[in-house]
Amino acid sequence: MTYEAPKMKRREFLETVGKKLPRWALLFMAIDPKKLLASPEDDYKPEEHEYAMGIDIHKCIGCGRCANACKNENHVPREPMFFRTWIERYQITEDREAIVDSPNGGIDGFPETKGEESVLRSFFVPKLCNHCKNAPCVQVCPVGATFISPDGVVLIDQTYCVGCRYCIQACPYGARYLHPEKKVADKCTFCYHRIRKGLLPACVEVCPTQARVFGETGSQSSPIRRFERFHDLTVLKPSLNTKPRVMYAGADGEVR
Amino acid sequence: MFISLLQILTSELPKITGYIYPNEYELHWSIMIVVYPYLTGLVAGAFILASLERVFNVKVLQPVYRLSLLSALAFLLIAPLPLVLHLGHPERALEMFLTPHTKSAMAMFGFVYAWYLLAVLLLEIWFDYRKDIVTWSREKTGPLKYFYTALTLGATDLSEKALAFDDKIGRTITIIGIPSAFLLHGYVGFIFGSVKANPWWSSVLMPIVFLFSAIVSGIALMLLVYMVTTMFRWKAMNMLCLNKLGEFLFYAMLVDFSLELLDFTQRLYESEESIAILSQMITNRLFVSLIISQILLGTLVPMTAIAMARFGKLPNELRRMLYFISALLVQVGIFSTRWNVVIGGQLFSKSLRGLTVYKMQLFGLEGLFMTIALLVLPLIILYVLTRLFPPWDPNEKRRPTAPPAS
Amino acid sequence: MRYRGVPQQILPIVLIFAVIIAVFVTGRILFVPESFGELGHYRARSIDENAAHDISYAGYQVCYDCHDDVADEKAQSNHRSLSCEVCHGPAADHAEAPDEVLPEIPRSRDFCTLCHGYNAARPTGFPQIIPDQHNPGKPCLRCHEPHTPEPPHTPEKCSACHREIANVKAVSHHASLECTRCHEVPPEHLSAPRSARPKKPSTREFCGECHARGADSPREIPRIDLAEHGQRYMCWECHYPHSPEAGK
Repeated sequence: MTYEAPKMKRREFLETVGKKLPRWALLFMAIDPKKLLASPEDDYKPEEHEYAMGIDIHKCIGCGRCANACKNENHVPREPMFFRTWIERYQITEDREAIVDSPNGGIDGFPETKGEESVLRSFFVPKLCNHCKNAPCVQVCPVGATFISPDGVVLIDQTYCVGCRYCIQACPYGARYLHPEKKVADKCTFCYHRIRKGLLPACVEVCPTQARVFGETGSQSSPIRRFERFHDLTVLKPSLNTKPRVMYAGADGEVR
Repeated sequence: MFISLLQILTSELPKITGYIYPNEYELHWSIMIVVYPYLTGLVAGAFILASLERVFNVKVLQPVYRLSLLSALAFLLIAPLPLVLHLGHPERALEMFLTPHTKSAMAMFGFVYAWYLLAVLLLEIWFDYRKDIVTWSREKTGPLKYFYTALTLGATDLSEKALAFDDKIGRTITIIGIPSAFLLHGYVGFIFGSVKANPWWSSVLMPIVFLFSAIVSGIALMLLVYMVTTMFRWKAMNMLCLNKLGEFLFYAMLVDFSLELLDFTQRLYESEESIAILSQMITNRLFVSLIISQILLGTLVPMTAIAMARFGKLPNELRRMLYFISALLVQVGIFSTRWNVVIGGQLFSKSLRGLTVYKMQLFGLEGLFMTIALLVLPLIILYVLTRLFPPWDPNEKRRPTAPPAS
Repeated sequence: MRYRGVPQQILPIVLIFAVIIAVFVTGRILFVPESFGELGHYRARSIDENAAHDISYAGYQVCYDCHDDVADEKAQSNHRSLSCEVCHGPAADHAEAPDEVLPEIPRSRDFCTLCHGYNAARPTGFPQIIPDQHNPGKPCLRCHEPHTPEPPHTPEKCSACHREIANVKAVSHHASLECTRCHEVPPEHLSAPRSARPKKPSTREFCGECHARGADSPREIPRIDLAEHGQRYMCWECHYPHSPEAGK
């Protein structure tokens, strides 16, 4: 990682150049992928962005730091039945049965299970809201309290949600829960408040092995672009035609 | 025994088997959402029964025509209550009218409900009762006089022409009302049937099954209401009417049960990804409410009994008893049906790898006592309505036998 | 109250419905929230409200602004890709008031083993120890400086890092073999395990050095005809070398 010049200078520079040669400035910015995520100083235009997340199953070590950071960042209740993101462990036994568990979403680690000799293969799968382009939760919301923002993030208007929980029923991924105090639906927002400030989602920030990749799909130099070029990708429950923006590399057929 | 039953219903046994997504530990749609389709089903069924008399000229059903309309109204008034009670933010409920999301099945509820209540049921009752209301406004004294006078809405014309118009428009409203009643309940089925994430709900047959079970529950309700009200007014029961009700109930149950069997067979035969967990759910979690309560006690037993009562050569006393018990069983069965759809659809994980449990509250807004209250409240409203707007035929016969000495 | 043959009943009904519709329309005009429908069927302003929350995790760049010494140190180590807040927890408050709020410093073995405790589901090659066997009870920090977690002295045995494999091999017929009998280990592997990797045998002939018919090796070692046995398959496609017994 290279060091950045002090922020004010760059900003002044960009402002001067940007006014005269906006396209050229854009190309210049493309050198630094972080700058292509929104930068707080600029006027952010949601329609000019589109985000996606990639998850590399082969890199996930199941440490649970993402689920933990998510709870810290988004003030998700600590009880083990409210998660914006969580990790599942899959163990495929010798009789080809998949045993799945996710104790406290993986935050406290995964205890070694007994009788492990009979496990054929085993892996971790981080789960979160898939930010579907064809989102069933948005379709069923009776009042327009959940929506796909122009930058492709499925958001919730918690001041408007009536708490009918139809969206929770409609989500095939179990990504939503009813916030026990606010009494409204809650779920992952790709840390919308962070990405708008040019930061990474908390789970991506703390992932020690870069199993989570996040970026703008439209940018040539975005890590998500590289991720999409180099992996065989799949999405969860493709038969439901939800068109997720969360893509998995190396996900086993048993994952659902 | 009641206490131990409560304990079974409300106990929190460590019953999660397999894997469920962590956010699924909480069941999101409680018994309130069971009550809601049950109530709307009764409304739709009772109305369709009324329309049989009015539109299809089944004149033997005359004794239950007005009673059905009043029952539909009584139950319709309470139907939205369980929904509102269940909301996380009931104070925001009117947003459904302000910014209804046209792509959401649920958003249309407010409109379907308002249409059915205002444009169909209230109008039909008003036109049907107008002559009586005007008469009562002239005969009664005290506050009641003002009540009926206000209800005439100033339309006091009782000329033959005006009454003929009442009849004509009443018939038109009923004709509009039939598809509306279908819409009201078929659409409730669509709320569930359109959730593709849930293999237990997602089915094109859902609206139709809902509709026919609604008709079943509505006819059974009217059988009960008619028998109880006639008994307590010491009037003679119209056996022709009862037999006709029994007959329609039998046919409706036959269609309903066939549709459900079709749905079941199709699922079993197609044997999709979800079949393993659904079978496990039926044989474990839903055994009592589905196999015993819905199919055996709620369908097969009453169907047999009604067939015997209607088509067998039995004394009228026995017939009445069979009808009454069957209608009661049908209500239990239809409530179980709603339970099995709503709660059943949430007992298995959408990961298709595990089963959870529903722990019902006793007290509280979504508890058992509130449920009982919501089921009793329409009956109280119905009682008030029958006092204000007596639906009885003035020429009804007295009960022939003397009341037993107590 | 009769207007040109319109029945008397119609007028009040029409009036009532007109009032209901008027109330509905006025209600919508008055109470539909501002910015609703501008971008779609939702309150457009909710987008900015969603963006307005405070952050808890500052991001590693902010940490590096002050702690450039640690950043330089870490940049050379195996923890170079780790964000500071993985271990030190959310630090936005600390960045705001560096002297008042101090980030956490986890010191227990339980924290390190969240990543480095052996778990069969972890990807192959990820450094894992079995806590009960790897210096049990000793704090990790005694040997490993977390920013440069390479041990201060080179481990004497491969099993220090590859315990799970060592355990399997110890009860197999290959128990007596040194790891280096098959793996050629570059010396740099000991200090930079991920960038300088040990070699694995790549030919059938290598296994044949002991197991071929005419091999010059102790007589109790099982022999096969290298030309016939297994034909075009590599030995390790059927025999796991750390536990090489032929399949049941």
